[in-house]
Amino acid sequence: MNKLCWLRTLLIPLFATVCLSAQALEEKLVIVTSFPEDLTSVFQAAFEKQHPETKVEVLNKKTSAGVKYIQETAGTNTTDLFWVSAPDAFGVLKGKGLLQPYQPTSEGIPDLIGSFPINDPDRYFFGFAASGYGIMYNTRYLKAKRLPVPREWDDLKQPIYFGHVGMSAPSRSGTTHLTVEAILQGEGWDQGWATMKELAGNFKTITERSFGVPDGVNSGEFGLGIVIDFFSYSSKASGFPVEFVYPTITALVPANVGMVKEAPHPQAAAAFIDYLLSDEGQELLFDPKIQRLPVKPAIYAKAPPGLPNPFEDKSIGAAVTFDSDLSEGRYNLVNSLFDQLITFRIEELQAATKAIQEAEAALVEKPNPTAQELITKARGLIAALPVTETEASDPAFVAVFTKKRKKATDEVPQRQAEVEQRWDNFARSNYAEAEKLAKEAALLVR
Amino acid sequence: MSAAVRFRWGPTGVGVSLAFFVAAFLVIPVLKVILVAFQDPATGTFTWVNFQDFFNTSLFRESFWNSLYVAGMSVLLASSIAIPLAYFTTRFNFGGAVLIQTLGVIPLIMPPFVGAVAMQLLFGSNGSVNLLLDEHFGFTLPFMEGLNGVILVESIHYFPFILTNLSASLANIDRSLEESAQNLGSSGIRLFRRIVFPLAMPGYIAGASLVFLKVFDDLGTPLLLNVNKMLAPQAYLRISSIGITDPMGYVISVMLVLFSIFSLWASFLALRGRDYASVQKGGGGLLKRDLRRWEKSGAYAVILLILAFVLAPHIGLLLLSFGTVWSFAVLPDAYTIDHYLRVFETSSQYITNTLLYAGLAASIDVMLGTAIAYIVWRTGLPGRKWLDYSATVALAIPGVVLGIGYLRLFHGWQVPFSEQPLSSWWVILVIALSIRRLPYALRACVAALQQVSITLEEAAQNLGATTSRTVWRITVPLMSGGILAGFVTSFATAAVELSATLMLVGQQSDAPLAYGIYVFMQSAAGRGPGAALGIIAVVIVGLGTYLSHRIIEQSRRLRSSDRVIGEVDPTLE
Repeated sequence: MNKLCWLRTLLIPLFATVCLSAQALEEKLVIVTSFPEDLTSVFQAAFEKQHPETKVEVLNKKTSAGVKYIQETAGTNTTDLFWVSAPDAFGVLKGKGLLQPYQPTSEGIPDLIGSFPINDPDRYFFGFAASGYGIMYNTRYLKAKRLPVPREWDDLKQPIYFGHVGMSAPSRSGTTHLTVEAILQGEGWDQGWATMKELAGNFKTITERSFGVPDGVNSGEFGLGIVIDFFSYSSKASGFPVEFVYPTITALVPANVGMVKEAPHPQAAAAFIDYLLSDEGQELLFDPKIQRLPVKPAIYAKAPPGLPNPFEDKSIGAAVTFDSDLSEGRYNLVNSLFDQLITFRIEELQAATKAIQEAEAALVEKPNPTAQELITKARGLIAALPVTETEASDPAFVAVFTKKRKKATDEVPQRQAEVEQRWDNFARSNYAEAEKLAKEAALLVR
Repeated sequence: MSAAVRFRWGPTGVGVSLAFFVAAFLVIPVLKVILVAFQDPATGTFTWVNFQDFFNTSLFRESFWNSLYVAGMSVLLASSIAIPLAYFTTRFNFGGAVLIQTLGVIPLIMPPFVGAVAMQLLFGSNGSVNLLLDEHFGFTLPFMEGLNGVILVESIHYFPFILTNLSASLANIDRSLEESAQNLGSSGIRLFRRIVFPLAMPGYIAGASLVFLKVFDDLGTPLLLNVNKMLAPQAYLRISSIGITDPMGYVISVMLVLFSIFSLWASFLALRGRDYASVQKGGGGLLKRDLRRWEKSGAYAVILLILAFVLAPHIGLLLLSFGTVWSFAVLPDAYTIDHYLRVFETSSQYITNTLLYAGLAASIDVMLGTAIAYIVWRTGLPGRKWLDYSATVALAIPGVVLGIGYLRLFHGWQVPFSEQPLSSWWVILVIALSIRRLPYALRACVAALQQVSITLEEAAQNLGATTSRTVWRITVPLMSGGILAGFVTSFATAAVELSATLMLVGQQSDAPLAYGIYVFMQSAAGRGPGAALGIIAVVIVGLGTYLSHRIIEQSRRLRSSDRVIGEVDPTLE
């Protein structure tokens, strides 16, 4: 045992820290992950090569299902590592006391990527790769439909993109939640939602899985998708005619790994975390099927062409200072609000957007102040929100979505169903009214 | 006297153990999860307020009507596919009838994810068909938009339920009744409408009610087509989101269960008070008549057209599995066998696991199905109908709910002689699969039993046979067609089950095909291998189906050669 090991053992005896150099690992390592086979198999093979005594078992589950699985099996836990993108999911597990802290051996990883902290301050989970959000597009599709390449979120609001854009819902995909939250934090609550709804008016569909978006763009079902960058890079590496742009308002966030509490194979788990963060492990991220951004700046020297270096190119993800506490506080509320206003009322929203776009097109040829006023009113109706920013962060109100009665005497003020019913009615009547106004405006101009 | 005692004790013992099985693996796990629906979110006391919320929310009301509409339309479309196929293949001497019966089951084996991807690539708004239409005629058709897409995919997917059950029924009809009708001058459509179809009603109702229930409760298809304004997706979206503990998802699940029981009850009513049993079984080729030449070519044209249509997803899947890149184009850019090589190198354990699990699950299903059918229709045990209802309710239980229920109920227990928790043992996965697929086998067995005349069993007993001997030597052999149809549907659908599997797979080495496909389909590079795995699943199940049809045909031929003496004679010695 070397000195460092001794020191660590003395300093942090509570941590599940082991001296890797000295001890053999357990025979098995069980990882629950949402990452595709393309990513996991590469790391699995490399790790097993380095530690032949350990057999890695990878269990693939959707992030939300993985969280549920770890919660439900907590009594007799069989999982060693939780390995998914969304930091929020780790936040949930950490909050429920289902993770255990660890001190990785790797050095040379900075505290921040863009403006996002790479590691959990309490060392419960660690970023191993960074990803940013942006717009992925199919070049064949854009060419066939004669669409220009967008650069910013605002570009996607233009009428020419009507019915050509796809996105997932934040309640379905942890990464999409971060995209929405980045827009809300970058543009402010009211403006952010207005942008979101204007974008959504042009959506072709809202997919149930986050992978549904790159899948749709790859197959040409729709031409543009709002996704996380590596989906695009790995699709491109597999030969699909797709490209990716980072808008100014985006956030770079780390994909994470963390040890589950009472992991049955703690030493192997620790060794895997260390391997992920080692130079060798970081370099594996450049594999054509993976294509994610390492969190170790030094590794970028070996990066394949086309992959940006966020530690040098400060324009990526710098415009938004991501506030994780704010995001966590209103996590469920944002999910539910998005579903009620956008996911479940997408048809009504599309109809209203179409009517407004047609009226505006007519208005360009024949200006008419009354019609203009009607359209402005219609846009206002679409942008309107049933809940203010203060309310959204008010713990008392948010409790409706997170309530968990610990005792029979605990009282929760309202039912989530009541609130959602109100929001649904709000969205439905507003969109219907907006469509009506826009059609009136179009009649005036005709 | 002793015979009377045995008559009572045998079925009671079987009935009680069946009830125990259904309670332990279906009712209790599900109750453990859906209890939330009846709890006041604020106080935790029993309440109906959540159901009030359900009816007050316009989103849920719309979802309910959409689900009802889609289920009804799917039954219509599926019937129009299945009835001609079943009629032609059972009533006419027709080359390749076995092939059609086999190909007709293939659509049931649409592995998750890949099917919808293939359908989008062919029929989507920028799929092959619409790209061609747009290029040559300048317009496109919205096959896959919104509810249309769901109805289309569901009917193609589930019409085999009607096909297999109706075919079994048609084959079981006493041909002398048809002959009498013909002698009296009835023929063609009139014969079919007035005599054949009404006699085959039990099979048709069994199939149609399955389609209706299945579509009403189906989750996968609407989700994959991103249609969420229907009940099942609404329930799923709420149950599976992180952190949301609200009871509405479970309320919707309860509504699904209630409605399923209701439609089942309605289908019982439709058959009540009529007797469909006939003393003589179809068997021989008496009325399998030859077609005239023009009739034959017409029939072939209709059947080929239908098959081409219902096999479209598989054709798309095949292209996908051999294609390199397929993006916004009529066909893939180039072809390769790499995807298959990758699958064989890395994923062969999925295939063996699937064969084992689906085979075991389907065997359990037909045993339970036959036993339950017998108890419900041939004994007077109190509460027997509830056995049927509760087993059938499994149709309406979202796989996620069952999965979570199992995790909650069995996690504290250990597998005997090992440290492993029971809930991640592969046997639990088999039980989950058999519970989820039991309704298919059960409906098929019930339909088969309804067509066996009780007089045959009474005759056997009058001649001194015991109850169990009668069941084994008379009832079960006469039901064999239906039992096999049940086995095939259970096996085929268990082989591609995903939602409960995803919750319960404890380690990758225990995972079945559907899980493998799911894992592959999460990445751009995995689309080809995922499709290849899907094709392998289809081929395996297709072969299994074909073999079982061969077996049933053979045994039927054997039996019909005994008909001179009388069909049931040999068993009575």
